[in-house]
Amino acid sequence: MKNLNKSTQKLIISILVIVVLYIVMAVMESTGNLSSLMSGLLVPVCAYSLVAIGLNLCVGYLGELSLGHAGFMCVGAFTSAFFSKAYANTIPDVPRFILALLIGTFFAALFGFLIAIPVLRLSGDYLAIVTLAFGEIIKNVINVLYVGIDSNGLHVSMKDMMSLGLEPDGTLLVNGAQGITGTPRQATFLIGVLLVIFALVVTFNFVNSRTGRAVKAIRDNQIAAETVGLPITKYKLIAFTISAAIAGVGGVLYAHNINSLTATTNNFGYNMSIMILVYVVLGGIGNFSGSLIATVVLTMLPEMLRGLSNYRMLIYSIVLIALMLFNWAPDILKFRADHGLTSKTILGKIKKTKEVQ
Amino acid sequence: MALLEVTNLGISFGGLRAVDEFNLQIEKGELYGLIGPNGAGKTTVFNMLTGIYKPTDGKIFLDGNDITGKKTADINKSGVARTFQNIRLFGDQSVLDNVKIGLHNSFEYSTFSGIFRLPKFFATEKEMDKKALEILSVFGLDKEADILASNLPYGKQRELEIARALATEPQLLLLDEPAAGMNPNETRDLMNTIALIRKEFGVTILLIEHDMKLVSGICEKLTVLNFGRVLSQGETSAVLNDPEVIKAYLGE
Amino acid sequence: MGFLTYLINGLSLGSVYAIIALGYTMVYGIAKMLNFAHGDVIMIGAYLVFMCMSNSGLPAVVSIVIAIACCTVLGIIIEKIAYKPLRKATNLAVLITAIGVSYFLQNMALLIFGSNPVSFTSVINWEGLSLAGGQLKITGNAIVTIITCLVIMFGLMWFVKNTKPGQAMRAVSEDKDAATLMGINVNATISLTFAIGSGLAAIAGALLCSSYPNLNPYTGSMPGIKAFTAAVFGGIGSIPGALIGGLLLGIIEILAKAYISSQLADAIVFAVLIIVLLVKPTGILGKQIKEKV
Repeated sequence: MKNLNKSTQKLIISILVIVVLYIVMAVMESTGNLSSLMSGLLVPVCAYSLVAIGLNLCVGYLGELSLGHAGFMCVGAFTSAFFSKAYANTIPDVPRFILALLIGTFFAALFGFLIAIPVLRLSGDYLAIVTLAFGEIIKNVINVLYVGIDSNGLHVSMKDMMSLGLEPDGTLLVNGAQGITGTPRQATFLIGVLLVIFALVVTFNFVNSRTGRAVKAIRDNQIAAETVGLPITKYKLIAFTISAAIAGVGGVLYAHNINSLTATTNNFGYNMSIMILVYVVLGGIGNFSGSLIATVVLTMLPEMLRGLSNYRMLIYSIVLIALMLFNWAPDILKFRADHGLTSKTILGKIKKTKEVQ
Repeated sequence: MALLEVTNLGISFGGLRAVDEFNLQIEKGELYGLIGPNGAGKTTVFNMLTGIYKPTDGKIFLDGNDITGKKTADINKSGVARTFQNIRLFGDQSVLDNVKIGLHNSFEYSTFSGIFRLPKFFATEKEMDKKALEILSVFGLDKEADILASNLPYGKQRELEIARALATEPQLLLLDEPAAGMNPNETRDLMNTIALIRKEFGVTILLIEHDMKLVSGICEKLTVLNFGRVLSQGETSAVLNDPEVIKAYLGE
Repeated sequence: MGFLTYLINGLSLGSVYAIIALGYTMVYGIAKMLNFAHGDVIMIGAYLVFMCMSNSGLPAVVSIVIAIACCTVLGIIIEKIAYKPLRKATNLAVLITAIGVSYFLQNMALLIFGSNPVSFTSVINWEGLSLAGGQLKITGNAIVTIITCLVIMFGLMWFVKNTKPGQAMRAVSEDKDAATLMGINVNATISLTFAIGSGLAAIAGALLCSSYPNLNPYTGSMPGIKAFTAAVFGGIGSIPGALIGGLLLGIIEILAKAYISSQLADAIVFAVLIIVLLVKPTGILGKQIKEKV
């Protein structure tokens, strides 16, 4: 009970920090103190944060490495954008966006569930490579998908636009590698922040519930979990599906922030999955607030380094390697412990100086 | 009718016959010991009884129901719980949560009410806390409820593992070398604890043990395994005086 | 005849995958890590060959030797700086560091060579064979690639089986601690593995770009992922597994491109991988390891 209270406090503090950050950013934006690049990043940061929270649930609590979460983001993005575009003129803005959000989340969850059934039979690096494979398949298939609508209903083809055989009055919804263009841009920073807070609360409640305890037990010791009567597959499936669903929410947000949605290697391929994984690991495995901090800092960092032009990504990569060594290398950790340089002692010192003041 | 009835149980790994023609009958309420030299196949028997290994031959009946080759989780649900020789706790979770995971199947609320914190969540969690603390207090572990399981001292980890197993409300409790690594004092405490849980929880116990003092002190019946086969079986005093058993333990 | 041509092209591409997969599989076998930067070492190797040949006018063989030497050194340096300090940390930490190294190599190449692709001149100056009255043409590239792959593969298998350092590699991959107790220098053995893998990456880079001459800083990325897939496919940690996995992957990819859809080829390759792993969870030649209870 005490533990729960302590972690609940942490959650509340995280939410307060997010709210304060939101207000600061919103004020800066409205007073014109935010560069256009920065303000353009506000919604994507929220989208990446959501995917990171979802992935952290998978890596930190289910204990399985997924390299395919960009695939679930992709499913969420395309299904919701498809819906929003198809009903752009028939349903009013607000209910349509809410429906799109539900649809995107549902389909990401569905794909997560279907993929998890075979994938969770594997473990370790084999599981990782198969999730990567699924992510790539999703991206590839979307790139050859053509969907149009006319008075006869939906037309689907995997060859080209011509094979759809659309009537002259029909509209093309998904145009192969060109993806979906003209999705209503309804995602705002406020919606993004609200969704992030919602996801944070959902995952927090989940890992501190009966089901969450079972998932953690399976992660800690699968054989012991079986001998106390836990149905392993069921709980793994639940955790993976929720994880995919949250990534899907990130996809919905992402899709409704851009005019032209395409599935390239960089936005929905393994590169994106890996980028999110970097956020999760740097933020702390199993630490949702940490994922948020890492996402915000690492997405903003290259933009802040923009003055250094071509060197910025090089610096980014060096910072990444240095951070990993600093936080994980046993010898460096020992050195830090010997010289009072762990994050705990440093935080303690800061607190002390504050008290003195 | 016996609570546990095992007939002609056998298992092969490749060409190796690890256990062969193993028979066992345990009556309700008994405290039964399974002993034998290292590598005799004792833990393998436990692994078959709990469904971790699928036996190649033979049958296992619990309370008259065939549980041979069933899934581990289902065997637990039908009433068998166990501990492990190399302790297997959920180390990253609190002592309390370890027991609450044992209570998982006795209390229920949906994942949905967990995520959205519906009233059912609070009510059930409260009951689970109460029940878990009750079980922990039998072992005097209730004061350590909030500590991470991996931070407990060794002896208490063993006790927590027993507490977690008992939380699943088993009819039959399998203890795999509960006294391993304990000093004589701790072993004596453990003997008292085992006697106590037998009384408090009304559970039948089958234990694997090397410590002869513990075995002769508390077990009513014994089975001795050697090279995967039953060497001797029966009342404790008779088995311990069996010349075959003495030979297997002390050599010629 | 069309089918045979595709098959040979598939074997040729598969041979390149197999050489890259060797680097993955040996490093995984010994250090239990996914070296995500391996694909980028291929790209560096290809650029080095390109620089030597097209800019300095050196002969192809000399260029390749220089590239092999440089990549070998690069591999050792990467291991020493980025991976060795993390040897006792969790797998995930090493994986992320490898990703950092991959970003580093890509952006280094971007700075030095620019983002515009260069056109790679084939290192093989041979038209190839024309069989069946000109109906079946086999390019010199394909022949040399396949032969190189086989030579490397059998050479390595011999090396691992019959030489002292090779046996040390096997011992380290089986049990690092036991190997240390037996007096094997584990650090040197791991360095050697990285050196061999990176040297092979240079050859793979030259061969890959000889058949697909479009060279840019991201050239190594996708073949790297696919070769890793090939290694898993064949059973990671196994040298013959890398060969079988690589060849199968190359053939499936080329046939899928020819007969089904060029855009879906990658999806089909990955789908086959998934099916194989579901039927045989540790790959074609992989060994099953069970947890002891």
